[in-house]
Amino acid sequence: MAFREYKVGARLFGVALGGSMVITLYMPIVDMTSVAVTETGLKKQLSYGRIGGFSYEDPWMLGEGKPKTVVLNKDPKTGQPIETVDAYVYEPGIPFPSGIVHPRILGDGITQLSLDKGQIGSASEDAGAVFVIARGTHNGETVTYIENATATRGWQPAEVLSTGGDENTHYIGSGKIMFVKEGCWWCHTLLPEQTQDWQYFGIPPRLGDFNGESPTAFGSDRKAPDLLHVGARNSSKEWMMMHFFNPRLVQPHSIMPRYDYMWGDVDANGNPIDFKAWRAEYDAYAKGKTMYPPDVPEYAKDSQIRYLMDFILSLK
Amino acid sequence: MLKYLFARNEDIPPGTAAVFFGFSSIIWFVIGTGLGSFNAAKLAFPDFVMGSELFSFGHMRQVHVFAVIFGWISMAFAMAMMYITPALGNTKLWSEKLGVWNCFLWNVGLSLGLTLLWAGITSGREYSDFPWPIDLYIAAFIALPLAINVWMTIIKRRTQGIYTTNWFFGAGVFMVTIVFIVGNSPEWFNLTGLSEAYLTWWFAHNVLGLWITPVAAAIAYYTVPKVTGNPLYSHRIGHLHFWSVVVFYSTPAAHHLMSAPLPEWLKSFASVEGVLILVPAIAFVSNLLLTMQGKWHMFVENVEIKFTISGVLLAIPLNMQGGFQQTRAINWYVHGTGWIVAHAHLALLGFSTFLEGAAVYYGIQTLLRRKLYSLALANFHFWFLLIGFAIYWISMTIAGLIQGAGKIYEVPYIDVVIAEHPYMIARWVGGTMVFTGNIVWLYNMYMTARAGTEIPEGRLPHELAYER
Repeated sequence: MAFREYKVGARLFGVALGGSMVITLYMPIVDMTSVAVTETGLKKQLSYGRIGGFSYEDPWMLGEGKPKTVVLNKDPKTGQPIETVDAYVYEPGIPFPSGIVHPRILGDGITQLSLDKGQIGSASEDAGAVFVIARGTHNGETVTYIENATATRGWQPAEVLSTGGDENTHYIGSGKIMFVKEGCWWCHTLLPEQTQDWQYFGIPPRLGDFNGESPTAFGSDRKAPDLLHVGARNSSKEWMMMHFFNPRLVQPHSIMPRYDYMWGDVDANGNPIDFKAWRAEYDAYAKGKTMYPPDVPEYAKDSQIRYLMDFILSLK
Repeated sequence: MLKYLFARNEDIPPGTAAVFFGFSSIIWFVIGTGLGSFNAAKLAFPDFVMGSELFSFGHMRQVHVFAVIFGWISMAFAMAMMYITPALGNTKLWSEKLGVWNCFLWNVGLSLGLTLLWAGITSGREYSDFPWPIDLYIAAFIALPLAINVWMTIIKRRTQGIYTTNWFFGAGVFMVTIVFIVGNSPEWFNLTGLSEAYLTWWFAHNVLGLWITPVAAAIAYYTVPKVTGNPLYSHRIGHLHFWSVVVFYSTPAAHHLMSAPLPEWLKSFASVEGVLILVPAIAFVSNLLLTMQGKWHMFVENVEIKFTISGVLLAIPLNMQGGFQQTRAINWYVHGTGWIVAHAHLALLGFSTFLEGAAVYYGIQTLLRRKLYSLALANFHFWFLLIGFAIYWISMTIAGLIQGAGKIYEVPYIDVVIAEHPYMIARWVGGTMVFTGNIVWLYNMYMTARAGTEIPEGRLPHELAYER
C-alpha cells in the first residue's frame, strides 16, 4: 500500500459509501420512526405478538409463543354485558410486541397515552397480561392507544379466555407464522399499490400501519390477489376451507397449491383423514364422472389450518 | 478436500481453494436451477407433486433463490477471487488453508441454511430469509474469511499498482460484509415496521448493486484482456465505472418499494439515483466491447470470450430496464409483475451467470493445467443457457405486461392467471433447458479434470486447440 493515491482513494471511498449510508439509512429511518402508529398498526402488533418469523420462542415456527385474540361481549370480571371488544391475551411467558417493550415506537402522543392512561409500563410478561385498544385525545384529535386491561380493569388472561370460549378465540399471531412459513406471501402481496388497486383490493396501507410489526411480509411478486383486506371482501369460512383444501373446488383455474396437509392427521371429531381416498373421489369429480366433489373435512381445533384461517379472516 | 483442512498451509498446492470453490459452485448451480425448473413446473401445473409440505411451492421458492445466489453466484465469485486476485498481484493466495476452510464452511453453512428454509424456518424477509443464527454464521464464516483472504492477498502483492479487477474485488468483499450486517440488523435488534421493510429492500438492492454486479464486472475486466491479449481499452473509464458504482448504485434502495407508503422524498431521490446507474453500466459495457477490438473472432471461437461477451451484451438490456423501470412513470405499470421476475433473471441468469461461467471455465483449466475436455459440450452448455434464458425472459416479460394491464384495469385476478398460463409453461421449458445445460457443464468440467489434455508449462489454456 505504498502508493499515496490508494490512501486518497480509500478515504474517498469511505466518504462516498458513508455519505450514501447517511442518506439511505439514517435520514429515512429518522423520518419513518417519527410516525405515529394508526389503529391498524396497534391491532396488528397486538394480535401478532413479538415477531412473525423465526424467533427463539418459536424456533420451528409452529405458532408457539403467540397471543390469542378474544372477541368479548361481557366483562370477564363482573359478567356484565359490554360493548364488543377485541382483547389481546398474552398468557404468562408470551413475549410482548415491540410497542409494549419499546413504547417510544408508538409515536408522538400515543406513547404517553399508552403509558399514562393505558398503564402498559406495569404489564409483565411473566405474569401475562390482557391488552385492549382504547380511544383518547391528543392535541384535540381522537387517537387510539394501548390499554393494559389487566392493570386498568383487572382482567386476567385465563378469565378472558374462559369467558370468550373457544369459538370466540382467534389464533391470529400463530396464523401469521403459518402465512410466513408456508410462503403465502411469495404470491399473495399484502400491499395494495398506491397508484391502482383501490377498487379491487382496497385502500393501500398508510405510513403508521406497521409500527411494531415484523416482518411486514409485503411480498414483491404478485401471482395471486392481494390479501391485505381479504377478510373484508370474503369472510366465508366455508369458502376459505374449500379453497385451502383444494383451490380448484371453488376456482377451477386457480394455480394455488393445495394446503390439505395443514389439516394434520385427524378432523374435528378426531377421525383420521383419508387423503388418498379424498383425492381419488375428487379426481372422479374433476373428470366429470361424479356430480359433486367430496366434502372437505372439518378441521381440528388445534390444526395449523385453523391458525392460518384466523389470520386470513383477520385481514380486514 | 478433507485432507487439506488439516494440512500445513505450505503443503496445500496453490489453487486448491479455487478449484474446490469452482466445483462447488457448479454443483450448486445444478441444484439451484433444478429447483428453479421444479418450481416453474408447479406454477404451470399446480397439482404436480402435492400432499407434502416440503414440496409445496412456498417451501421451495426461496431455496432456489438462495442456492443460486449464495451457492452458484457467490461461490463462483469466491473461486474467481481465489485465483484472479493473486494472479493480478503476481503472488500466491495469502492463505490457501483459509480458502479451503472458507469453502468447506460455506458448503456446510449453506446446506444447513437451505435445509431450514426448506422446512419453512425463515425470517420472512425477502432476500434475507435466513433466520438470524444462519446470518451470523454467514457473516463470520463465509463473508469475513473471504474478505480477509482477498485483502491480504492485495496487500501482499508484488506489483506496484492495483488492477481494476482487484479494486472491485477488494471493495466488493468489504461492501457485501457491511451490507449484509446492516441489512440483517433488523432481525438481530428486532426493528419493526416500515424501517424493517425498508432495510429488507436496502439489503436486497445493495447485495446486487455492491456485490453481484461489480464483482461480475470485475471478472470481465480480467477475462477479456487475459484471453484476447488486448490491454484494457481505458483505465480511466474503469475508474468512472468503479466510483459511479459506489456513489450511484448504493443509493436507490427505496425504488423497490415505490408503491409502499415510504416518505415521498425518499422515493423521488431513489428514482433519480436509479437512473444514474446507467453511468457505471455504460462505462463498463463500452470499455469491455472496445477492448475486444480486432479480436471479435474469439467471440465465436473461444468459450471464455463467448460467455464473457454474452454477459457484457446482456448488461445492455439489463441496465436499460433497470434504470428506467424504477421511475414512477414506468414502475406503476410493472411493479410486482412477472416483468420484474424476468428482469431479476436477466441480471442473475443472464448478465452475471455468463461472466461467472467464463471465470469458472477459465479458472479450472488454468489451475488444473488441463485443456477443456469438450468444446462441443461447452457450446451445448452455452446455447442451452442462452436459449433457455431467452425463453424464460421473453415469456416472463410478456406475462408481466399482461399482468400489468390486468392490474391497472383492475380485471378479476383469475383472468390474469388464465392469460398467463401459456407463459408459465414456456418459463418451465426455458428453466429446464438451463438445468439440462448445467448438468452437461458439470460432466464437461469433471471430464476436464479427469481427462483433459495437460497444458504444457508456460502455455495458457486458450493457446491450445480444442480437441473434441
